[in-house]
Amino acid sequence: MASLQSLDVVARSATTTPTPSVRQVPQVAKLIDESKCIGCKACQVACMNWNDLRDEVGTNIGVYDNPSDLTPSSWTVMKFFEVESKESPLEWLIRKDGCMHCEDPGCLKACPSPGAIVKYANGIVDFISENCIGCGYCVKGCPFDVPRISQKDNKAYKCTLCSDRVAVGLEPACVKTCPTGAIVYGPKDDMVSYGIKRSKELQERGFRNAGLYNPEGVGGTHVMYVMKHADRPALVDLPANPTVSPLVSLWKGAAKPLAMLGMLGAATAAFFHYMKVGPIEDKDDEDKVVEANGAPGPSSAPRGSSVSSAPTGRG
Amino acid sequence: MTNHWVDIKNTDLVMIMGGNAAEAHPCGFKWVTEAMQHRKAKLVVVDPRYTRSAAVSDIYAPVRVGTDLAFLGGVIHYLLSNDRIHHAYVKAYTDASFLVKDEYAFDNGLFSGYNEEKRNYNKASWGYQMGADGFVKADPEMQDARCVFQLMKAHYSRYTPEKVSEITGTPKEAFLKVCEAIAATSAQDKVMTILYALGWTQHSVGSQNIRAMAMIQLLLGNIGRPGGGVNALRGHANVQGITDMNLVAGVLPGYLRMASDAEQDFQKFLESRSPKPLRPGQMSFMQNYPKFHVSLMKAWYGAAATKENNFAYDWLPKHNTAYDVLAMFEMMAQGKMNGFICQGFNPLAALPNKKKLSAGLSKLKYMVVLDPLDTETSEFWKNFGPLNDVDPTKIQTEVFRLPTTCFAEETGTFTNSGRVIQWKERAVDPPGEAKPDYEIVARLFLKLRGMYAKDGGALPDPILKMAWSYTNPHAPSPAEVLREISGRALADVTDPKDATKVLAKAGEQLGGFALLRDDGSTACGNWIYGGCWSQAGNLTARRGTADPTGWGAYPEWGFAWPANRRVLYNRAAASPEGKPWDPSRPYLAWNGQRWAGADIPDMRADAAPEEGVGPFIMNPEGVARLYAPAMNEGPFPEHYEPFETPLGANLMCPDNPKAVSNPAARVYKGDMEAFGKADKFPYAATTYRLTEHLHFWTKHARSNAITQPAPFVEIGEDLAKEKGIRQGDKVKVTSQRGEVVAACVVTKRIKGLNVAGKKVHHVGIPIHWGFKGVTQNGYLANALTPYVGDANSQTPEYKAFLVNIQKA
Repeated sequence: MASLQSLDVVARSATTTPTPSVRQVPQVAKLIDESKCIGCKACQVACMNWNDLRDEVGTNIGVYDNPSDLTPSSWTVMKFFEVESKESPLEWLIRKDGCMHCEDPGCLKACPSPGAIVKYANGIVDFISENCIGCGYCVKGCPFDVPRISQKDNKAYKCTLCSDRVAVGLEPACVKTCPTGAIVYGPKDDMVSYGIKRSKELQERGFRNAGLYNPEGVGGTHVMYVMKHADRPALVDLPANPTVSPLVSLWKGAAKPLAMLGMLGAATAAFFHYMKVGPIEDKDDEDKVVEANGAPGPSSAPRGSSVSSAPTGRG
Repeated sequence: MTNHWVDIKNTDLVMIMGGNAAEAHPCGFKWVTEAMQHRKAKLVVVDPRYTRSAAVSDIYAPVRVGTDLAFLGGVIHYLLSNDRIHHAYVKAYTDASFLVKDEYAFDNGLFSGYNEEKRNYNKASWGYQMGADGFVKADPEMQDARCVFQLMKAHYSRYTPEKVSEITGTPKEAFLKVCEAIAATSAQDKVMTILYALGWTQHSVGSQNIRAMAMIQLLLGNIGRPGGGVNALRGHANVQGITDMNLVAGVLPGYLRMASDAEQDFQKFLESRSPKPLRPGQMSFMQNYPKFHVSLMKAWYGAAATKENNFAYDWLPKHNTAYDVLAMFEMMAQGKMNGFICQGFNPLAALPNKKKLSAGLSKLKYMVVLDPLDTETSEFWKNFGPLNDVDPTKIQTEVFRLPTTCFAEETGTFTNSGRVIQWKERAVDPPGEAKPDYEIVARLFLKLRGMYAKDGGALPDPILKMAWSYTNPHAPSPAEVLREISGRALADVTDPKDATKVLAKAGEQLGGFALLRDDGSTACGNWIYGGCWSQAGNLTARRGTADPTGWGAYPEWGFAWPANRRVLYNRAAASPEGKPWDPSRPYLAWNGQRWAGADIPDMRADAAPEEGVGPFIMNPEGVARLYAPAMNEGPFPEHYEPFETPLGANLMCPDNPKAVSNPAARVYKGDMEAFGKADKFPYAATTYRLTEHLHFWTKHARSNAITQPAPFVEIGEDLAKEKGIRQGDKVKVTSQRGEVVAACVVTKRIKGLNVAGKKVHHVGIPIHWGFKGVTQNGYLANALTPYVGDANSQTPEYKAFLVNIQKA
């Protein structure tokens, strides 16, 4: 994805030049109402259709989650959580997982490649894939474990909040397709007040701890949840107080120039390592994330194409 | 649906039982979430599994598969014994006060008139008591021991909460919580809707499951009202349409009951279907049957259907035996059928007991498959290893595959669950040589007609004389066919009260079924669709979004049958005096001159309340039936175990072996022996759909395959522990008829239930996989299911049977 709206870019990875600030656009947000979500996965299908993504046809590993986790081709997946305790009867909590579009995006801060990650004035955090070097720093920088590196082209991928649709005044594809109105979209302020209203309604319905998930630690998010149990986000595998890792903050601050040099060195070294030795075989199926050593994982894509598109020119 | 999708938003309580609306009807489910947010409606889910619907519910209660009638009987008992019914409604709008014959009896699981050998009832003793005036006798005070109300009360007194819990495995507290939520809607200003689907129909007592809920809704006064009704959620975009047109063997379009072999006399045939009112002043609307029937015959035979030849009555087939799908495959298995045209149907995957189906198909001389997809049925003869282990050299059936268009590749209509007929245009061109079904059928017809014309035959007239005046006879256009279905005047149609007044000129499209005549002057292919294409044009193509009253009727969106009426029986939304039961939901009321409101009145528009015309005009009683002698297994729904029962006895009558399972269900020779027993197959199993797939279609679509790629079965944690099965293990599920191997989902959402002191575990089996398609291949789930159907509709019992499970 190339940046379609450079005038709107308010933050750009590994860039010190000032960003444009003339254009004024409202901040947007997507609100996911857990109490209305039936886990139908229509959003997953809309996402793959709009973005022309088709993941592998997998297998069943004993759960309803399919694909079982985010992948470079599945930018949103439904996660199912069976929750039961002595105090409360069984619940089946369903959460639409994907990029949270943080106001203070850890991925962007961590990214060493100029312009590979941008934040638009409307709040959307977007990966500009042509600038991505596949280092995996965004993965480490993300407090929500969202970006995934493709083994095909060694680039990072995640939900764009349909920045291409939003740019022309459309809602994200998942919002358009959601049959129950569990996913809504609009100006961030409106979404916050609607989220608070919905939380109150749920409290009246008996979910005493219902609330809005819009965590402060990352400056708030442009994807928010109305949760039945906002006091326990861990029930749906969300951090209670997500923050950008102190290491990333450090890297972004004083250590940045040094680290930058180091990174370039590492990338260059990685490139030569790759050319000489070839890809490192990743035996661990679970670990789909390529570690931040600059080396691509196993690839079924033609090596030549992978190498020829490797961003050495920018390194 | 008596009501419709949008109307769900008007309810106070949504009950989902015998269905899983969130899973199977996610788009329509938006009206449930709408009601929950904006009306603060509550959602109750009763299901053996904690489903996706349960995930967003307020109250959930588990129930053992196949025991819904025990549960619902218990609800009836709760409402009656706690006096939580809508008295004025029950008194005025139901047959509660009618007297039943003295000979009617119920004893130890059986109603009077049972014939064990034939497995059916002589219903002679079940009728109402008739007075000398020709009307049913009634006791308006409902005190007579023989009145329906008292008989019902006595019948259901046996369904105590303790008994219900013992049979169903539903914890008593959970059962009572559900009862209380339901009972609250007996208040005059509260309404409940029930959403059900195949979880109720696919049982050997399926029809009675639905009847029991209809009785509950009548007792609560919830039928005919906005936010109420008994609402069947249909499983295909147009299955309502095909049902309306004559999907079910034994009916003609518009639910006109076909003649049997014994009914050779035309006048007697018409009379038997045009019942006189059973109470004074009632409409008994089906007295119009001759108009609908004759108009249908005029649509089919045109000028060849004359008064002299009884409008071609002799050319209509008269059925001599059952022709439902189970009956068909039974005939096939017995070698009594040699050809099979299989149109838009994948029976090898969709019908029960694959082994029997495969044996039947193998005995055919030929089979013609009309389908857009590569179905398992069309390759039943091919070996797919253990998934379809047949020997092609031993199967001589010749199979022809005629590729048809898929829904987006053809123009026509869909009729949705809410009876709204909606026109749609072809979106894309069909691939390759695919043709619409109607073109294939037309070409087949013309070919056959040519052969009859040339060579003659035993009875050529029904084929030779059929009207076929389409612009392109080889491919009648959907518009022409819909106009024919809607109906037109063949001669001037005049006002019966004033012959000089012409209501429709010859050649005009008719405005509705009220203009149909029995003298051959009108033609109409399906009376209930009458007026959907009037002189005003194709009303099914309308997309008007005006909702003048705010009750979601949307009168200018498509066309709802009948007569663009959105809520059936809507006269019952108002009291006998004509005032809305709930003043805050004024849907229809008497305005002094006529019935008016949000909808087309389901009543003669000028029938003043004082006339006392009952709102259930389709019944000769004028009121709704709490007591229904038409049902084959008894006028009151009674609990019977599934044919494969984990208990082996019916706890409602434990010492009567004749009444363990539905005594009136048809069981073919050999199938009784193929039922499993709990000693070898100890677990209660059920099959179902998942939201990611539609039946056996979407396994051919990549997007669906990604979201649910591979076959699985579900069991609870306690059973998994007992069996040493872990999450994701391959397991083998066996029934008396076959086996399925799949991955195992171990879940908290299915619990072992305490049934009569015994732990009953469930095994859940989603149906969507097979040996064709882009998903991972899998075993057909219906290798396991039993070959027995509901006693009235013959819908197979896919939802309750016995299996064993082990690690594969």
